[in-house]
Amino acid sequence: MLKTFKLGGIHPEEIKLSSDQPIDVLPVPKKVFIPVSQNLGAPSKVLVKKGDIVKAGQLIAKGEAFISSNLHSSVSGTVMKVDKVIDTSGYKREAIVIDVDGDEWDNTIDRSEQIKRDCPLSAKEIIEKLKEMGIVGLGGATFPSHVKLMVPDGKKADLLIINGVECEPYLTSDHRVMMEKGEEIMIGTTILMKGLGVKKAIIGIENNKKDAITYLTDLADKFEGTKVQTLKVKYPQGGEKQLIKALTNREVPSGKLPIEVGCVVNNVGTALAVYEAVQKNKPLFERVVTVTGKSVNKPANFLVRVGTPISELIDQAGGLPQDTGKIISGGPMMGKALVSLDTPVVKGTSGILLMTDRESKRVVVQTCIRCGKCITVCPMGLEPYLLSNLIQHEELEDAEKEGIMDCMECGSCQYTCPSGRPLLDYIRVGKNRVGQMIRNRGKK
Amino acid sequence: MIFAVISLSAIGIVSAIILFFVAQKFKVIEDPKIDSVEGVLPGANCGGCGYPGCRNFAEEIVKAGNMDGFYCPVGGNDVMSKVAGILGLEADMAEPQVAVVRCNGTRTNAPKKVEYDGAATCFFAHNLYSGESGCPYGCLGLDDCVVACNFDAIYMDEETGLPVVIEDKCVACGACVEACPRDIIELRNVGKKSKRIYVCCINEEKGGVARKNCSVACIGCGKCVKVCPFDAITLENNLAYIDFEKCKLCRKCVPVCPTDAIHEINFPLRKVKEDSSEKEVDKVVV
Repeated sequence: MLKTFKLGGIHPEEIKLSSDQPIDVLPVPKKVFIPVSQNLGAPSKVLVKKGDIVKAGQLIAKGEAFISSNLHSSVSGTVMKVDKVIDTSGYKREAIVIDVDGDEWDNTIDRSEQIKRDCPLSAKEIIEKLKEMGIVGLGGATFPSHVKLMVPDGKKADLLIINGVECEPYLTSDHRVMMEKGEEIMIGTTILMKGLGVKKAIIGIENNKKDAITYLTDLADKFEGTKVQTLKVKYPQGGEKQLIKALTNREVPSGKLPIEVGCVVNNVGTALAVYEAVQKNKPLFERVVTVTGKSVNKPANFLVRVGTPISELIDQAGGLPQDTGKIISGGPMMGKALVSLDTPVVKGTSGILLMTDRESKRVVVQTCIRCGKCITVCPMGLEPYLLSNLIQHEELEDAEKEGIMDCMECGSCQYTCPSGRPLLDYIRVGKNRVGQMIRNRGKK
Repeated sequence: MIFAVISLSAIGIVSAIILFFVAQKFKVIEDPKIDSVEGVLPGANCGGCGYPGCRNFAEEIVKAGNMDGFYCPVGGNDVMSKVAGILGLEADMAEPQVAVVRCNGTRTNAPKKVEYDGAATCFFAHNLYSGESGCPYGCLGLDDCVVACNFDAIYMDEETGLPVVIEDKCVACGACVEACPRDIIELRNVGKKSKRIYVCCINEEKGGVARKNCSVACIGCGKCVKVCPFDAITLENNLAYIDFEKCKLCRKCVPVCPTDAIHEINFPLRKVKEDSSEKEVDKVVV
C-alpha cells in the first residue's frame, strides 16, 4: 500500500491536461510589472528609480527584514516608474515597471547548458547565496528559502523533503520541471542538504506522475542520501504538514514549523532555482507556469519572466476562449480568481487556469445541514463549519481557540460542502483578522 | 387538609418576614432620575450614543452629572432637552445629522467588470476582492448597511445597486457607518432646510486611474477648492472633501466639477440658463 497522510483529504478529478507538453520559453514581453512584495514576509525595498537602465538579473529591490527576499529585474531595459499595479485581489500594490529593450543578462550569470555537479561552497555560503539570489519557495507560499535553511538554536534538522507532489488538479509545472530538469533538481537537492547539514533527502511524488517517479528514481541512485518515495494520490498532500506526515509519520505541532520535527520541505521548483542560483549564479527571475483549462486551445507549460502580464501567457496558449468564465492564478483548489488580465506573474504563480462559464459558477448557497463532511475532509482536523460561523459573528477569540490559524486554506471543506457554503471565504478573512489580533496583542 | 394549609401558610409568613429584612439590608439605592431619564429616551437600544442601550446611557449620564459627550441621535434635541430638564442642566443643541452615501458608482457610472460570487456580505467581499467595478473604494452593494440599520432607513436601489438613505427615517445612529467596510457612509449635518452639498466619491487614486473604473469619480483636479469662497473644501490624496461645518451652501463648486462628483441635495432647481447643459438640470435631486 502506498504511503499517504491519514486525516481528512479528498480526491478531486485530476485533469492534468498539459503533463505531456514540454516547457516552452515564453518570448520576453514588452513591459514587465514586478511587484515589490513577492515573498511571505516584508516587502522588499526598492533600489531603482525612474530612468535607470537595468539588466536581467540585476538587483532592483532588497529584502531588509529577517523574513524578506531580494528582487531582481527579469528583463533588460529602462525603469519607467515605480507605481501601483493591480494584484490578484484587484487591489493595487507597489510594483516596478520596466520597459523592455533587448535581452541582455547580467554578465555574472552562467548561461551555458552545461551541468555543474560539484558545489564548493560551505553551508553558510550557500545560505548567503540563496539570500542574495532572492530564492523563495516556489510551491506557492513564497517563504524565503534562506530563512528555511537557518535552523534555529536548539533545533536539529535530520531530513530534507523535496515536494514533487503537485496535488492540485490541472497544474503540471512541477511535473514538467521534474521530467526536464531532473538532474538539476537532484544537484539542487544535494546543495540544500549541504546547506541544511543533513544526510538524507526524500523526494515525494504522487503516483499519477509515474514517468517522473521512474526518471528521478534512476537519478537518485547516483546521488548519495537521496531517495524517491511514491505517494498515493490524495489532496492536499502537497501541504508541508501532510507531506511530512505521509513520508515520515511525524506530526508537526499546531502553530509550529516543520523544523520542530526535524524536517525541512522544499518544492522541486525551488530545488531547481537553488541549483541555478548556486551553480550558475542566476537569481530567481523566471519560473515555469502552467496555462491550462478545458477550453484552452493549447494547454502548455511556459518558462516565464517574473512580471509578465498574464494576458501574454494566455495569448501564447492560443488566446482567450470565448466561454471563459473565470481566470484563476494557481490551481482550482487554492488559487485566486483574477480580476484583470494585466495582473503580473509573480514568483509564487504556479499556474493560470481558465474555467468555462459553466464550470466557474458557484452553486446556490444553502443553509448548513450539519452533515459534518467538512470536518471529515479537513486535513488539519478543524471544524470548518464552526469556524465560518464564528467568523461571521466576529468571535475572533473563539475562532483562535478552535485553531483557525492552523488552516492552510486547502479548500477541501468548500469542495465537499453539499450546501455550497463559501466556507473558505469566511476562513480566509477570519485568518487575516485573527492574525491581526494576535499581532496587536504582541505589541501591547 | 387543615394541617397542610396551616403549614404552608406558616412557611409563607416566615419567608415573607425573612425577605423583608433581607430586602432592607441589601437595598440598592438607585437614583430615581435614571428611571425618569430612561423614560424619555426613545428605547431603541440602537447603540448610536455609544452605550450598549438606553438604560446604560441613562445610568451613565446621571452618574456623570453633565451633558458633555452625551447625545442621543435618535431622540435628537427634543429628547436631550427633556433629559437636561430632568437633570437640571442646560442642553447642548447639537446639529442634527443624517447618513450620506458617498459613492455614485451606479451600474451605468461604474459598470461591472468582473462578477463576485463569494460570501455575500460587503465585509467579506471587501477583504477578498476589490469589487466588481474595479474601484477599490466604491460601494460593493452587498447590503451590510441595510442589515445594520435598525430603523429601516436604508434600502438598496435595485436599479443603481447603491444604498439609499431615507432621510425622514434616518436617526444618524451611525450603525451603517460602522458596518460599511469601506467607510463610504458618513454622518453629515442635515443643514438648513435639509440642503446638503458633498463630494459623492471617496476614491483616492489618481484621476486617470479612478476615471477608468467610474465616470463620476473625484479626480482631484482641485477646481472646487479654487472656487470655494469659504475654504470649506480640502484636497488630500487626490480627493476633495467638503467640510460641512464650513460650507455655506453657495453651490459654486457643483457646476465646476468636471465629473459631476459633487452632489447637491434638496436645492430648488437652478434657473436654466441658455448655455447650461441638460446634464446640470438632471443632477438636481429633489
